[in-house]
Amino acid sequence: MANVTLRNVRKIYPGGFEAIKGIDVEVGDGQFCVLVGPSGCGKSTLLRMVAGLETVSSGEIDIGGRIVNAIEPADRDIAMVFQNYALYPHMSVYNNMAYGLRNRRVPENEIKTRVEDAARILELGTMLQRKPRQLSGGQRQRVAMGRAIVRQPKVFLFDEPLSNLDAKLRIAMRVEIRKLQRRLNTTAIYVTHDQLEAMTLADILVVMNGGRVEQIGNPLEIYQKPATTFVASFIGAPPMNLMPIDAVRAQLHGADAVPAEAGQLGIRPEDFELGDTVPTGGIGLDLRVDAIEHVGAETYVYGARQEVGQNDSLTATANDVIVRLPGTAAPDIGTRIRAVAPRSRLHLFSADGRQRLAV
Amino acid sequence: MEKSVVFKGKLLPYLLLAPQLAITLIFFYWPASQAIRQSFLQEDAFGLNSEFVGLENYQALFAQPEYYTAIGTTVVFSSLVTVLSLGVALLFATQADKNLKGGAVYKTLMVWPYAVAPAVAGVLWFFIFHPTLGTLARPLRVMGVDWNPMLNGTHAMILVVMAAVWKQVAYNFLFFLAGLQAIPKSVIEAGAIDGAGPLRRFWTIIFPLLSPTTFFLLVVNIVYVFFETFGIIDAVTSGGPAGSTTTMVYKVFADGRLGGDLGGSAAQSVVLMVIVIALTAIQFRYVERKVQY
Repeated sequence: MANVTLRNVRKIYPGGFEAIKGIDVEVGDGQFCVLVGPSGCGKSTLLRMVAGLETVSSGEIDIGGRIVNAIEPADRDIAMVFQNYALYPHMSVYNNMAYGLRNRRVPENEIKTRVEDAARILELGTMLQRKPRQLSGGQRQRVAMGRAIVRQPKVFLFDEPLSNLDAKLRIAMRVEIRKLQRRLNTTAIYVTHDQLEAMTLADILVVMNGGRVEQIGNPLEIYQKPATTFVASFIGAPPMNLMPIDAVRAQLHGADAVPAEAGQLGIRPEDFELGDTVPTGGIGLDLRVDAIEHVGAETYVYGARQEVGQNDSLTATANDVIVRLPGTAAPDIGTRIRAVAPRSRLHLFSADGRQRLAV
Repeated sequence: MEKSVVFKGKLLPYLLLAPQLAITLIFFYWPASQAIRQSFLQEDAFGLNSEFVGLENYQALFAQPEYYTAIGTTVVFSSLVTVLSLGVALLFATQADKNLKGGAVYKTLMVWPYAVAPAVAGVLWFFIFHPTLGTLARPLRVMGVDWNPMLNGTHAMILVVMAAVWKQVAYNFLFFLAGLQAIPKSVIEAGAIDGAGPLRRFWTIIFPLLSPTTFFLLVVNIVYVFFETFGIIDAVTSGGPAGSTTTMVYKVFADGRLGGDLGGSAAQSVVLMVIVIALTAIQFRYVERKVQY
């Protein structure tokens, strides 16, 4: 049980490349923190720095009140689950889990109890004598989890542990990881590029981009109030529609009330509905239906924004606007629809997208 | 389910196999069978006549005390060369596997000795450690070591072992390095997080995962010391002094080529062949079981 605090952590590689550009994160005891971002954003590097597999160029990493910058991975009291599981291929499942305990000279009878407990929780009881190569992907994943939990560490570190599993198993394991973490009440840091995984697992969500933190907070709060256009388009699927405010000034009711520094307007696909009347202060967009995706419960319409040009003809603009409709709705391709959204559902950002503004 | 295509024609597959079979037959089975035939014959001094003598050549061979000395020398020489060349190569490979500046240069340089012909390697070592001419023999003398591989059997053995190891390390190094690089980095990192120090990681994770490579090299190296070190021994010591570096394969040459006893020499090479076949069979049967694939 421990807090994990990162203070102005940086990582500069010998070539001069700055992978982590000063990050501050505080994870409370027993909390589940998810680092999410696109590939190359530095999230795995950051996790490996917490694990002690990468050196820290500057700043401090604090685990349970102890600065661990100069402490070996083995002595940080952490356990890590790797993306490729990193099981010891020549050892049985039992020995894979027992290895870390034997290295720490835990008595053999206690090792047995702990491994068997873990095997029961993870439903690996019948496979203890098998070698990793005789297991399926999901079972290997469980062994990797088991190896982490038998150690009873202060912190669990997960490096994209589910990305090698198929979609169905991934969802099942996601739920199990969350349950297990709640039950053990161990602090966890989890890296993923999957925003859905991030949303569903996190107590604290850290959205990263280009070695920087874009936003930290509770997942729903981040979803509802993204701090930057990057977060707005990264969190949520399909992503938030972003458009230059000048392009839609004519369609925006009460455009005068918009702050002068606002440059971009965002609306989530699910905040639109079809209708003729624009709510007070809201927006109404005329769209030409270009493509439709039926996903069952809902339908996504990809529409091209129409602008009233000279002599009242409509010209399509380049940017697609995605509108979520109920599964039963199915406008024909090529037809015109009007999507409206109320003022409270609009997001305003500065022109460079780095700052969120009050609507 | 694997599907195999069956061709109707019988001729084509045999034709395709023919070159390989011809090479094996001409260069392996034919000389081997000649050696076996020769081992039952005795030739006159001028090589004009030969007569069937049954097992006499073998009886004479096993009655020779020098032959047992040669067997002993071979055991000492082959175990030293195998263990040292594998050990040193593994040490070098683990060091080269780290991310170091100039690592590529180091790796390339490590491989060069393998390109040197055994006889040339032998001559190099012969001169470096020649008691009167040698560049390294002098400092040894200055340090008070009475270094003389031409008179001292132990010194001679040390010298041929060093030359043979030096030559073989490059080859073993390459295979060990490839083996090390095939081990996923994350497995070693997992070991580090699991609390295993570098040495413990090496013995409990890296070494077992390298065992297929080690096993392969063990077989190759034993065959190497038994046969291919001939050139080195011939160039460095010619089996001397007083037969102290005469291994079994060198004795085959010495008795047959220099001594003119073709029958006895053939009998020795048959014995050598049987030993190597037996050793390889034992290795595959017993050592392979412990190998982690």
